[in-house]
Amino acid sequence: MSAIAICAAAGSAAVLLPGTAKTQPQGLQVSEFKLANGMEVVVIPDRRTPVVTHMVWYRIGSADETPGKSGLAHFLEHLMFKGTEKNPAGKFSKVVATIGGQENAFTSQDYTAYFQRVTKENLEQVMTFEADRMTGLRLTDEVVLPEREVVIEERRTRTDNDPGAQLAEALSAALYVNHPYGRPIIGWMHEIRQLSRENALDFYKRFYTPNNAVLILAGDIDDKEARELAERIYGKVPRVADIAPRVRPVEPEPRAHRRISLTDQRVQQPSMSRYYLVPSYRTATGNEAEALEILSHVLGGGQTSRLYSALVVEKGIAANAGSWYQGTSLDATRFGVYASPRPGTTLEALEAALDEVIEKVAKNGVEAEEVERVKTRIIASTIFSQDNQTTLARIYGAALTTGLTAGSVKEWPAKVRSVTPADVQAAAKNWLDLRRAVTGYLLRPQQASPEKRT
Amino acid sequence: MPLRQASLRHSFLKGIAMALALFTASSAADAQVGKIERLKTPAGIEVWFVRDDTLPILSINFAFDGGASQDPADRAGLAYMTAAMLDEGAGELNAKQFQERLERRAISLSYNADRDTFRGTVRVLSEHRDEAFELLRLSLNTPRFEQEAIDRIRASILAAYKRSLTNPDEVAGLRWFAQAFPNHPYGRAVKGDEKSISGIERSMLFDYAKKNLARSNLKIAVVGSIESAELARLIDHAFAKLPAKAELAVIPEVKPQSLGRREVVDLNIPQTTITFGGIGLKRKDPDFMPAFVLNHVLGGGSFSSRLYREVREKRGLAYSVYSYLATLDHSGMFMGGTSTRNDRAAEALQIIEEEIVRAQAKSYLTGSYLLHFDTSAKVASQLLEIQLQELGIDYFERRNKMVNAVSAEDVRRAAKRFLADSKLLVIMVGRPAPLSKSNGG
Repeated sequence: MSAIAICAAAGSAAVLLPGTAKTQPQGLQVSEFKLANGMEVVVIPDRRTPVVTHMVWYRIGSADETPGKSGLAHFLEHLMFKGTEKNPAGKFSKVVATIGGQENAFTSQDYTAYFQRVTKENLEQVMTFEADRMTGLRLTDEVVLPEREVVIEERRTRTDNDPGAQLAEALSAALYVNHPYGRPIIGWMHEIRQLSRENALDFYKRFYTPNNAVLILAGDIDDKEARELAERIYGKVPRVADIAPRVRPVEPEPRAHRRISLTDQRVQQPSMSRYYLVPSYRTATGNEAEALEILSHVLGGGQTSRLYSALVVEKGIAANAGSWYQGTSLDATRFGVYASPRPGTTLEALEAALDEVIEKVAKNGVEAEEVERVKTRIIASTIFSQDNQTTLARIYGAALTTGLTAGSVKEWPAKVRSVTPADVQAAAKNWLDLRRAVTGYLLRPQQASPEKRT
Repeated sequence: MPLRQASLRHSFLKGIAMALALFTASSAADAQVGKIERLKTPAGIEVWFVRDDTLPILSINFAFDGGASQDPADRAGLAYMTAAMLDEGAGELNAKQFQERLERRAISLSYNADRDTFRGTVRVLSEHRDEAFELLRLSLNTPRFEQEAIDRIRASILAAYKRSLTNPDEVAGLRWFAQAFPNHPYGRAVKGDEKSISGIERSMLFDYAKKNLARSNLKIAVVGSIESAELARLIDHAFAKLPAKAELAVIPEVKPQSLGRREVVDLNIPQTTITFGGIGLKRKDPDFMPAFVLNHVLGGGSFSSRLYREVREKRGLAYSVYSYLATLDHSGMFMGGTSTRNDRAAEALQIIEEEIVRAQAKSYLTGSYLLHFDTSAKVASQLLEIQLQELGIDYFERRNKMVNAVSAEDVRRAAKRFLADSKLLVIMVGRPAPLSKSNGG
């Protein structure tokens, strides 16, 4: 179940802890400034090794696509490697490979980002290339058409080969009845096939402009050096478009629990998962999002969690069970729960047992000790995250492109600390309501006789 | 805040490739590792240690030689299950109590097994190191292996096994190893299969732990904020009571078999996943570095490798295509793979084979290959790797020079050794159009 694994595994966290006794490190000296053309810059010094992670994030993702053009943001991300007026296709990547650097790019529902990890002396060079492709992209059908085939193969690899991934895609599509988060980031196959060079260039011209971008420099660099380089290199990039506020269609208040199922010969291990529509860090009020974060751990974060204890250990009916919360999101987001049965247990029985656990939390609340344990883990993760400049860069980049600020990243541990057991119970009561949910079953044919091989 | 990984442009190594690729795919060296200290504890245990006080954390990576190749022939998956069981209760603590103790101090402790090693990793805030080493000691020396936990972990491993049956990468990888190493431990699945997993008994877990978790086959690397004397004390606390000597079965040297064979495994998916492999070089081979340089250009981890350009960029045949040198203790392999649409699988394979032939002829040699160590976790992991591969404590300093010293002549010589007749064992999982009948089998 790739989508769930991705969400559940990504347990990294934010930075700078106000006052934890002796473990308190020096603290990160994160600085922020804005260039005259509107580009935002975040500098995260880490002087341990002469390496810098250079990232440019655009506030543009799959949820910003025009209906009917799903996959366009991601397709453009691929095409950004196809060269500019100044630098022919492949030159940038060749330089990165030659200097022993690393590079990649990624697209989500809310952002698209490009990065390189290079030794310090090579930073200026990769910044120059990145600044050039912010507005200088040149595309011909000769490169666009084969790349569209690459994306089609990518979709097959990620989704079409895997019934579990297809169910995850269908769950999101069913959860969002009005908001574009219901579309897969990679796009629907029939729409990917129609994407053209013109579509990509139009999208590029609308959204790739310094006033829609965030530069993150993490590693062996200080604020002064960063300012000088950013102004000299990115400061010259003209503002080529005005960016309107990101207002997407809002979800109506959900009223009906939805059920979907996917039956496929390829399924050897059945499973169930459910998505609830819940507030994100950006849309939540007070410490509601932090409470949901803690709830996701208490309920399904590892072996001591409620779901694991009840379904896997005590009842012995599940092979695994857990939950996750995708808080970093511009608009209303997803809270997921999942479980796989052991042989002899039906999905219906498994779901009933899972509901019992959730109801118990909503009704009776959670123990103070459970909440403390989770807080300790979350807050420790903010220290561990400082060991990795790329992790830090991603935390800040994702925050700043999903409607948050660097300040909110810094305040996050304090807000996590402020969550009480009553807040966690309230989160379960208010948001883990079946009317807000879609439940999905992954089945193989003839589920009635689970021991029979197909 | 937790992030969700979005769609990456390029993901080149997956599944089995990951474990083997450590030293080939992610490589290159940077002298800025900090001073590596070779510590000897009072009990005589050697530890490679880098002191780093930047953050109040400690990363401990250790490994016992042996791993899944020590599994009894009919109990594949024993090492893997033992690894999954060590943190399921130890000493006076049952599984839940043990896990809660870890969580209360935010200690991360995990075990894993691959073909050649049984590994452990600990990450902890410095202030909680005593508790971390105590839990480490308990798990290594007094695991409980309770029947309840065995049944539960077995169910979870079996569920994952069932899922893997329709994961084309896993199917292809397992089949490749089974065909390449028949009648050798490397041919068996590290995680086992339904029959072997079902047959693992409690006494076997104790037996595996007793024979494999010993001081004679142990390597340890530590990076972080701690005094060396204090570290030595803690290392002894956790490891000194282990048996002095491991009882390991001797694993014979082996070369991949079935080369030249192509086999199709039917799976109803829209793509064909291709895994190929042939003779490679072992890590300590003097020609390994030139071979690494050559492979980097052919199909190593960059957006400008030959395979990437020919298969992906020019023809749009695949999202992912790669090759690498896989090094096991008793065998060296040259391996790679891709996933492509069924109706053009034959074409993709042909292009890959042509590129391999061309690589041998051209003996590519370009660029530099820097390794960036920006996290203490990575340094600890690489330090352990260098010990396991017996490359020498000064390897970080020598490595860049060694790469830069590779000459065209070196590359030509290496190419002859591992790409010479470019005979490959190829496994294709899916429904490749022109190859729908297996011509190997």
